[in-house]
Amino acid sequence: MIAAIASLTALGLALGLGLGFAARKLKVEGNPLVAEIEALLPGSQCGQCGYPGCTGAAQALADGGAPVTLCPPGGRDLVIQLAAKLGVEADLSGVKDSVPSIAEVREELCIGCTRCYKVCPTDAILGSAKHIHSVFREACTACGKCVDACPTEAILMRPIPVTMQTWYWGKPALEAA
Amino acid sequence: MTVTEYLLLLISTALVNNVVLAKFLGLCPFMGVSRKMDSALGMGMATTFVLTLATAAGWMLEHWLLAPLGIQYLRILSFILVIAATVQFTEMVIRKVSPGLYQVLGIYLPLITTNCAVLGVALLNLQEDHVFLESLLYGFGSALGFTLVLLLFAGLRERLALASVPDAFTGAPIGFVTAGLLGLAFMGFAGLV
Amino acid sequence: MNLLARLRLRGGVHPDGRKELSAEAPICALPLPERLYVSLQQHIGAPANPAVAVGDHVRKGQLIGTRVGMVSAPVHAPTSGRVIAIGDYAAPHPSGLPVPTITIESDGDDRWLDFETPADPMALAPEDIAARVDAAGIVGLGGAAFPSAVKLNLSRGSGVTTLIMNGGECEPFLTCDDRLMRDRAGEVVAGILLIQRAVGAPVVLVGIEDNKPEAIAAMRAAAAGTGVEVRAIPSMYPMGSEKQLIQALIGKEVPAGGRAADIGVLVHNVGTAFAVHQALSLGRPLVSRIVTVSGGAIGVPRNLEAPIGAPAEALFDYCGGFLDTPARLVMGGPMMGQELTDPRVPLIKGTSGLLALTHKEIGQPSPAPCIRCSTCVRACPIGLLPLEMAARIRAGDLAAAVDLGLKDCIACGSCSYACPAHIPLVHYFNYAKGDLAAKERAKLKQEATRKLADARNERMERIAREREEAARQRAARKAAQDAAKKAAAEAAKAGTQETETA
Repeated sequence: MIAAIASLTALGLALGLGLGFAARKLKVEGNPLVAEIEALLPGSQCGQCGYPGCTGAAQALADGGAPVTLCPPGGRDLVIQLAAKLGVEADLSGVKDSVPSIAEVREELCIGCTRCYKVCPTDAILGSAKHIHSVFREACTACGKCVDACPTEAILMRPIPVTMQTWYWGKPALEAA
Repeated sequence: MTVTEYLLLLISTALVNNVVLAKFLGLCPFMGVSRKMDSALGMGMATTFVLTLATAAGWMLEHWLLAPLGIQYLRILSFILVIAATVQFTEMVIRKVSPGLYQVLGIYLPLITTNCAVLGVALLNLQEDHVFLESLLYGFGSALGFTLVLLLFAGLRERLALASVPDAFTGAPIGFVTAGLLGLAFMGFAGLV
Repeated sequence: MNLLARLRLRGGVHPDGRKELSAEAPICALPLPERLYVSLQQHIGAPANPAVAVGDHVRKGQLIGTRVGMVSAPVHAPTSGRVIAIGDYAAPHPSGLPVPTITIESDGDDRWLDFETPADPMALAPEDIAARVDAAGIVGLGGAAFPSAVKLNLSRGSGVTTLIMNGGECEPFLTCDDRLMRDRAGEVVAGILLIQRAVGAPVVLVGIEDNKPEAIAAMRAAAAGTGVEVRAIPSMYPMGSEKQLIQALIGKEVPAGGRAADIGVLVHNVGTAFAVHQALSLGRPLVSRIVTVSGGAIGVPRNLEAPIGAPAEALFDYCGGFLDTPARLVMGGPMMGQELTDPRVPLIKGTSGLLALTHKEIGQPSPAPCIRCSTCVRACPIGLLPLEMAARIRAGDLAAAVDLGLKDCIACGSCSYACPAHIPLVHYFNYAKGDLAAKERAKLKQEATRKLADARNERMERIAREREEAARQRAARKAAQDAAKKAAAEAAKAGTQETETA
């Protein structure tokens, strides 16, 4: 009885000490994954995920505290990429296959209040007080912050029109199995 | 024991008495981490490390501690203790060396602790009355077999992902069917040694 | 020679040529349609900018669209008349999307603008030739419609040693290049010599498939004594593809991901040579082209010289209309051509054929599962694995398809043609290439917007910092002022005290 208790205690102590020592030796500073994840995220710091900017979101993803579906501007592709990076199953059912869109100012409703361009994370809105604002197509990431900020609902998200340059064949329907 | 016998021991553990396909141990990671070749290789290497170490440590525990003190009834308890510590150590190493692999293996890495192949091989090893070197080879051979099967299966599943599988069979079902066929193939090794 | 050339090539298929339908019909002119719809996007690259306004009267050959940017080509009026609309019109493209188009109502005179023409085009400097080719709006007439002047300018400095003229015309049904070489061999050779002068290539080879013996004979006769060598090449599809033609003629392979210029070769279509001759000898810009109108559903298959912008239905009507309702209308050849969504779409510079195909000709049974017979692998002229690439694309793994060489696929359609299970292989590849290009665009945009976001953050921080700094300075100034005031007050107090004591 004594021998059993003593031997198990000794074993536990020895292993515990060894592990403690190893933990000290092999300590990981920060999480290198955070940087890799951040590179995948859109980087427009729009805050739609609920975290302060993309760095915060990357941190949360790396810690496993956030779902891979957190980033609306990233769309379906980002979810797939994040799931592959983090080795988790992506639940794509909740992800809208978002069509790439951009903000558009409805000129008849814009009162030139400048609220939208103050919140735009990529400086994609041009305008000054009491003048109609307009959106730079190339710079808009469709984060939707301006939509929330607009007091007259003059901003809406429109899908980017398909042109001859951007059109391409759709995926063929599956052949009969 | 001659070199030939060691070689035969290795073959018999890796192929003939394969832990996964002949003894049906360690099926959890076999189905869980076999979706991609890279993660299968990582898992295989981690398990090889733990399994070899655990078998050797088990032999030492049994022969130098439990048997002399007559407390063999504590065998499973103390083995689990050693295995858990080894797994923890492996986890630390992988996290340090390859954060990507650490993330990909996810929950399956700490689950090596409860991988029945690890405890199973350590216990089976004692039944076989091996000497220390044989134990080491027994553990290593079993782990090699585990890694081999995991890699083969991952390769198959990578191909399966491209195949047009009937809807009712997509995902795990076709995986199990394939695993069964792979098991049948491994039965061909029976009687080799 | 032919055997050797055949041995150099891999893959390829031998579809039923059907060229006999129109091969014996000499080139004839299309009666001028009432209205011409001149697309401003007839070439690879940026669309041209309209240079006329609605209501303007234009003469044939007048510039109506100016080029935009490096890769682009100008557009000219195909006849004389009045501009009645500038706006979107359906494009000859499978998407059926509208493109900016100038509509010209013909005045029936078909009067050319007066051109000054060089006395001897061959005496022009190479740069001048390229500049005139550019001004004439000439694009590759084989079908890709890449601006020819861009190709000439890129080749001039890069040591092109061999100029290859493409008379392959391997697509079934098409006979426009065949007829051009037979009927106008002299002009074609003159154009070839001009292109040779523009790029300074010592060797000129004309490759013509051996199923066009008359064209070979005509070209040989016209090229006698000029140093241009006309060679017969084996008939197979896709012999008219740049990479295959180069390999058949000089035995060199264009490296993966590379261009013909990397091995010192420049390839132009024979139709382009004809257009170059027209532009330099007569000053006429590219406003018409030879089009094969053929197919089982066409009454009288013909080779027409038609003005750019003529509606497809005008060409069909002139060729006897449809014998019965065509199952599919195709612009270009049946292998690589584009399906027409609407018979009213206009002719563009790259249109080599207009086909009205019957159900029997398109024969499109529904696809069956792949049995991995690898017929497509044998058919692929590039040496890719179409079945493996398609399987990966179907599973959504485009990156794996790229690893297998998707980017080197020339979309010739040999694999789809050969597939016994009728799997639309080339459709998979076109989809994947389009999707990858869209992803690439999205990535570039993401990088750009990320920079913008960073710049904005930095600016916000700087403004906050400056504000803080200003506030601190203000506080300091205020403190100093207060101190000074205090000191002054005390001094004043002291002064009064002093005066009091005095």
